[in-house]
Amino acid sequence: MISDTEKNGPRTLGKVRTHPTQNEALLFEKSSPGKRAYKLPPLDVPAVNSAKLLGAAHRTTPGLLPELSEIEIIRHFTRLSTWNYAIDLGMYPLGSCTMKYNPRVNEFVARIEGLAEAHPYRPESLSQGALEIIDLLRRCLLEITGMDAITLQPAAGAHGEFTGILLTRAWHESQGNPRRKILIPDSAHGTNPATAAIVGYAVENLKSNADGGIDLDALTRQVDEETAALMLTNPSTLGVFESQIHRIADILHAKGALLYMDGANMNALVGKVRPGDFGVDVMHLNLHKTFSTPHGGGGPGSGPVACKAFLEPFLPTPVLVQNQDGALRWDYDRPQSVGRVRAFYGNTGMFIRALAYILANGPDGLRQTTEDAVLNANYIRKKLEDVYELPYQTASMHEVVFSDKRQAARGVKTGDIAKRLIDYGFHPYTVSFPLIVHGALMIEPTESESREELDLFIDAMRSIAREAEENPDLVKSAPHSTRVSRLDEVQAARKPILRWRP
Amino acid sequence: MRYLPKSDEERRQMLAEIGAATIDDLFSSIPAEYRLARDLAVPRQQAESEIVAYFRAAGQKNATDYASFLGAGAYLHYRPVIIDALVQRGEFLTSYTPYQAEITQGTLQAIFEFQTMIAELTGMDVANASMYDGSTGAAEAAMMAVRVTGRHKAVVASTVHPEYREVLATYAKHKGLTTALAGYDQETGRVDLKALAAAVSAETAAVLVQSPNFFGIIEDIPAIAAIAHANGALLIVSIAEAVSLGIVRPPVEADIVAMEAQSFGVALCYGGPFCGVIAAKEQFVRQMPGRLAGQTVDGAGNRGFVLTLATREQHIRREKATSNICTNQALVALMATIFMAVYGKEGMRELAEHNLAKADYAAKTLGSQPGAKLRFKDTSLGGAPRFHEFVLQTEEAPAVWSRRLLENKIVGGVELSRWYPELGNCTLWCATEVVTREQIETAAKVLAGVEVEA
Repeated sequence: MISDTEKNGPRTLGKVRTHPTQNEALLFEKSSPGKRAYKLPPLDVPAVNSAKLLGAAHRTTPGLLPELSEIEIIRHFTRLSTWNYAIDLGMYPLGSCTMKYNPRVNEFVARIEGLAEAHPYRPESLSQGALEIIDLLRRCLLEITGMDAITLQPAAGAHGEFTGILLTRAWHESQGNPRRKILIPDSAHGTNPATAAIVGYAVENLKSNADGGIDLDALTRQVDEETAALMLTNPSTLGVFESQIHRIADILHAKGALLYMDGANMNALVGKVRPGDFGVDVMHLNLHKTFSTPHGGGGPGSGPVACKAFLEPFLPTPVLVQNQDGALRWDYDRPQSVGRVRAFYGNTGMFIRALAYILANGPDGLRQTTEDAVLNANYIRKKLEDVYELPYQTASMHEVVFSDKRQAARGVKTGDIAKRLIDYGFHPYTVSFPLIVHGALMIEPTESESREELDLFIDAMRSIAREAEENPDLVKSAPHSTRVSRLDEVQAARKPILRWRP
Repeated sequence: MRYLPKSDEERRQMLAEIGAATIDDLFSSIPAEYRLARDLAVPRQQAESEIVAYFRAAGQKNATDYASFLGAGAYLHYRPVIIDALVQRGEFLTSYTPYQAEITQGTLQAIFEFQTMIAELTGMDVANASMYDGSTGAAEAAMMAVRVTGRHKAVVASTVHPEYREVLATYAKHKGLTTALAGYDQETGRVDLKALAAAVSAETAAVLVQSPNFFGIIEDIPAIAAIAHANGALLIVSIAEAVSLGIVRPPVEADIVAMEAQSFGVALCYGGPFCGVIAAKEQFVRQMPGRLAGQTVDGAGNRGFVLTLATREQHIRREKATSNICTNQALVALMATIFMAVYGKEGMRELAEHNLAKADYAAKTLGSQPGAKLRFKDTSLGGAPRFHEFVLQTEEAPAVWSRRLLENKIVGGVELSRWYPELGNCTLWCATEVVTREQIETAAKVLAGVEVEA
């Protein structure tokens, strides 16, 4: 396949034109003995004889780390960085991932010395600044969710799910029966069933109805005295609000089961509606989605868990409390707690960033953010629904899910369309998820896109739909503009090479 | 709102094109009774300057100008400035998990380099692309051992970080994993090998120890491995202080290493985000949790990297996955990668030697003050080797002398009796390369009750 560039020279396609990127070997391949990128200060205490002090525990063979100078390290990682796509470069329409702008002031304040250098075991009297931040964030998140109590300890969304289901289990145990199963819709994220399993529950699949929502009849049939909870994503992974949400809660509660909400799609709700008001018992948030902390190539995240008052006694230890004199402290005396889910108190650096985001928005900004996210998704839906199949006609909130049905007739699959988007200067949407849509294209623009960027995306998607008709091979062999073409994943998995060797 | 790239006029136009009269039409699927008809009660919209002022004030309440001897699983090391310069490049900071390999080769190659360097330092064959932290890494390693062995018991040294043990208990509870505790030798502070041998049986899936252990003492890994392996159990070594690997022999006899890499250039930040890692022998790779980057080629034969062996993971295997982990600590792992590149082969040893020397001087200086002694035997007296932490026992209650230290702007060691009731008046001190001789000597004087000139 001859690429566009080879045929025609550099040219503009969509919003991009190709430009050279620099080659860069592995750190180890650039190393040579004797080069240094560090200088330690003179040792101001007597030197020690390590071999004598450590005896048999002395390391005699150093790890084969590279030896490089500072400029080489700067260039190495700067060159690698240019091989990445990023929100800072353009739209990132990954459905369910909420790839919104990551404000730079968040990064700035997270590095303020008194916060960045705070040791977790410093006396509480010297940690009041950190504790006040945690307390204010906690109060804001409770107001946003409409819940009664919260823990910020979980390190990510899936860790929050784990914590939330632990709370569920602990509460059922306190009622005399932990119960046996968790209901999970077939449209759910993979983390939901994986979480239920690690908390010792059987997973029972709940089939979606014709609209892609919860089938109330099926739910009524399946909920019984052995059902611990339903794990529900709302809006669903189709981007659809469960308008029967309170009946769902009622059906569960009538049998003593709880309603767990996966907060992955909270960006559609903030400031407009509160899960605590519509019957949710326990939920997690993703600060790295809804509250703008950066994804950083896969993490770190933060997954606070909010719950109703009856679950509060079970929250992980420690819990932040306020003394009579107003000072904040950690309370470790929590006899009914599910225990710790990680060391220390959580990803505090992410709390700082999320709070900075909430302060930058205020109540009006948070609501406007949600409205713009929903507006953008509906705009894309309107502008693409004549060329891509819309399997569910229900109203979209912050994301829209198409299928590749029409393009697949020409042999072009959702994964191909996604790869072709790269040539137009966009990151792909979420491919083949949710599983209830065959050949899904799951698009979440977030509020961070201007009308111009949305129009460029729409133009790209329409252009690819045309290409699928006229030149399907061009789409099927995409991308054509990247440093590497499609990589051999089968070989990678069959004979794994997971580290460099000399 | 300054982050939102739209004018009201553009919003009106877009609504018109959608065919909606008002924005609330797009929210009509939410039953009216649940729609919030008021502003959220959160602080009003703030200017950037106000936000900076708020966090600066909070930072100042967190007093910054104290010398600190705190360690215990969170270590203050110097962070080379190029780490923040590089990780704040938007192409790293604001990129997603590298599932689309063609446009995330930067992140993927950096992960591959991280995996390689962690494997080199730990003496393991493979390492994953990170876990949440050292505590969850240790808990997941125990679950991994259950899958590998098909057994459901673990023996855990009481010298493993107490909070790591608490996390393991939370994870183990609902997976049918029962744990037994092996105590420590009163003279050396090392795990009691006799007690360990008595606790391990043919039903043991894993032995979990930490080295350097919670008291800063280096465990006898070959002897522990022999006990574990004689019973067909796996040995998991938790490493909370990654810098130790510059000078301490790696636990090559282990089957799994669960590490906390915070020491590699990651700010303390009141306990997180940190960077857990699981490394293991090659034969266990398919039971590992978390993401792995692997090398492969593209259609033209160019080297490239992809996330691989995903059939272990939740998005493919759902309830049969090795773990529910999805988001990890990627950007923190990148910090660690840059840190390891900066210090490199020689620097890692030199840095570790400085830590060793500082702690040795601090232990000798503080331990020789009247009314103070080292709780566990020094190597010169037949004790076990330490890295950069030591346990000090004082006649005076720590609550008393720590007040004196605080008045002199010094934060002394952590009181151990909160986790080890038998270790009354014992405190855990840490001296990394950033602690100065002057700070050590001042702390010693104040501890001994000598007036210190301001």
